[in-house]
Amino acid sequence: MVGSVPLADFGEEPLRAHLEDLPWLERAARAHHRVIGRAAGYGQVIPLRFATIYHDDGRVRTMLQERRDDLTATLARVAGRTEWGVKAYVDPRAFLPDPGEEGPSGGDTPGTAYLLRRRAQRDDKETAHLRATERAEEIHTALTALAAATAAHPPQDARLAAYEGWMVLNNSYLVPDDRTEEFTASVTGLGERYPDVDLELSGPWPPYSFTAPPEREEAP
Amino acid sequence: MTHAIERREVALVDLLDRVLAGGVVIAGEITLSIADIDLVRISLRALIASVRTEDMEDADEHRAPPGPPPS
Repeated sequence: MVGSVPLADFGEEPLRAHLEDLPWLERAARAHHRVIGRAAGYGQVIPLRFATIYHDDGRVRTMLQERRDDLTATLARVAGRTEWGVKAYVDPRAFLPDPGEEGPSGGDTPGTAYLLRRRAQRDDKETAHLRATERAEEIHTALTALAAATAAHPPQDARLAAYEGWMVLNNSYLVPDDRTEEFTASVTGLGERYPDVDLELSGPWPPYSFTAPPEREEAP
Repeated sequence: MTHAIERREVALVDLLDRVLAGGVVIAGEITLSIADIDLVRISLRALIASVRTEDMEDADEHRAPPGPPPS
């Protein structure tokens, strides 16, 4: 599926400027998403990355021919499967060591006591990181068992995504359609099992995270 | 706890994670393939700046440790 766009908006320079304009980016990304969603109503789609622009139809045909094998394999991989997103948030305080596990105390002078306290706080934070990450890995492992493939996204910017605490999981799971219920029930179950973790499910998504072309740095 | 299955409108950040395939990372630069001719590197710093509130908190406070790797 192709659409023509004005070079005045999608040429390299204007696009660069637009991509840093959040309202523009939001409108364009949602339009992209809408078109893919509609297309998905007619059959299996392989979404291309947002703002994939070819200068004319001939180049689109060339791309389709060149990527024929890759696209065919991708279609086979995503057919009958759906992408779901799972994010996990934690409040770092819930993962701090208990006060009972108190580390070093004292110190001969107020100065060293202060330094020891600072150090203990830093160690506590690292411990909390570690514990929260381990918890996220447990959740990831349980969900992976139900998925045909997984993809990791970086933790989202806290201001952009408007959350507090730590995002310890931001993954996509490609789930066979006959396991959809099992997968969503598993997310719910994990959320109940780990009350110190906030799990958020999103989807169904078109298979955005599982259709990227193979990395080929130097295209011919 | 679990919440929010299938919002009516998808969250923009979740969408950008997927359609920009590089995600919106605070430090980030992403590379978009534009045409078959060149790559455009854009910086999302300005984008992030446009939604950042004036309080300049330590970014570390909000950065999670890296999640588990994809398998």
